[in-house]
Amino acid sequence: MSVDNYLYLSAILFTIGTVGVLTRRNAIVVFMCIELMLNAVNLTLVTFSRMNGSLDGQIIAFFVMVVAAAEVVVGLAIIMSIFRARRSASVDDANLLKY
Amino acid sequence: MSAVLAAGATSTHEAVVFWILAPVSVLAALGLVLVRSAVHAAVLLAVVMLSLAAFYTTEDAPFLAVVQVVVYTGAVLMLFLFVLMLIGVDTADSLVETLRGQRVAAVLLGLGFAVLLVATLAGALGSFHTKGLAAAQADQGNVVAIAEKLFSTYVFAFEATSALLITAGLGAMVLAHRERIEPRRTQKDLMLERVRRGGAGLAPLPGPGVYADHDAIDTPALLPDGSVAPGSVPEHLQVSAATPHTDETVKELGR
Repeated sequence: MSVDNYLYLSAILFTIGTVGVLTRRNAIVVFMCIELMLNAVNLTLVTFSRMNGSLDGQIIAFFVMVVAAAEVVVGLAIIMSIFRARRSASVDDANLLKY
Repeated sequence: MSAVLAAGATSTHEAVVFWILAPVSVLAALGLVLVRSAVHAAVLLAVVMLSLAAFYTTEDAPFLAVVQVVVYTGAVLMLFLFVLMLIGVDTADSLVETLRGQRVAAVLLGLGFAVLLVATLAGALGSFHTKGLAAAQADQGNVVAIAEKLFSTYVFAFEATSALLITAGLGAMVLAHRERIEPRRTQKDLMLERVRRGGAGLAPLPGPGVYADHDAIDTPALLPDGSVAPGSVPEHLQVSAATPHTDETVKELGR
C-alpha cells in the first residue's frame, strides 16, 4: 500500500464534509461537518509530515486541534444563544440580516 | 518498524488497518451527511474520529492519536451532544428546500471538487519519495521530539493558543450568559402564591397506593368510592398508570 492512499481518503472525507455543510439545515449538524473537514485536513498534515520526514506537520495538526476546540466552544455558544432567541437551530430561520 | 519507516514503505498490518478502517470512515462520513437525527450524526462523527485516531497510530503519530481521542472524541463530541440535549434531541432537519435545486447543485459541486482534488493529488504525488519519520524522531520517540519542537520553534504560537483558549472561554461565557429580567421567585413567593390560590394545593399531594394495594410506585391511591385519587402518582409515571393496578388487571398480568 502506498502512503498516498491516506491523502486520497482525506480528500474524500473533506469533500463529504463540504457537501454536508452545503446541504444540511440543522446548525449543529453543519458544525459537525465542519469538524469532519478539519479532521480530514489533520490527516493530510500528519501524512505530509511522514512523507517529508519532519515533525512540523504533526505540530500544525496539533494546533489545528486546539483552534478547533476553541471554535467549537464559541460556535456552540452562538448556536445556543440563537436557539434561545428564535427557538430554532435551523440555519434557514436566521435570516434577519438578509437583504 | 523503524527500518520500514525509514524506507518510506508501509507494512502489511498498516495496509490491513487502512483497508478496514478507510471504508468504515467514508461510510460513517456519508451517514453523517445523510441521517436525519442529529444524535445519530454525532455518533457517526465519533466513528470517523476514532478511525482517524487509529490512522494516526499507524502513521507514527501516537501523541496526536491520543490527543484526537481525548480532545475530539472526548471533549468536542461530548460538547456537541450536550448542546443537542439542551436544544432538544428531536429537532430533525426540515426537508423543505429553500433554494430550488440547491441539494443537487451541492452534490454536483462536491463530486467536481472531489475529482479535482484527487486528480491534483495523483498528478502531484506521482514521483514523490516518502522519507518516513525515523530520522526526525531519532531515538527519543514521538512525544519528546514534538515537545522539543513545540517549546522551541513554535513557542510563540503555543503561547498564542493559550490566549486564544482564554478568549474562547470568555466568549462562550458572555454568549451563554443571560441577564435576569425579573427577580427570582423565592420559596416564600411560591408559598404565598399557593395560599392565595387555595383549594387542594395547600395540603401535600396524596401518596401512591403502594402499601395499600401493591408494591409499585405507579399504583395510584384509590378514593373511598374506588376512583383514582388525582395527583397520587408522579406525573412522569402517568403513562404506565393509565391502567390502575386493580385486582383484575394484576390477575391478567399474572403477577
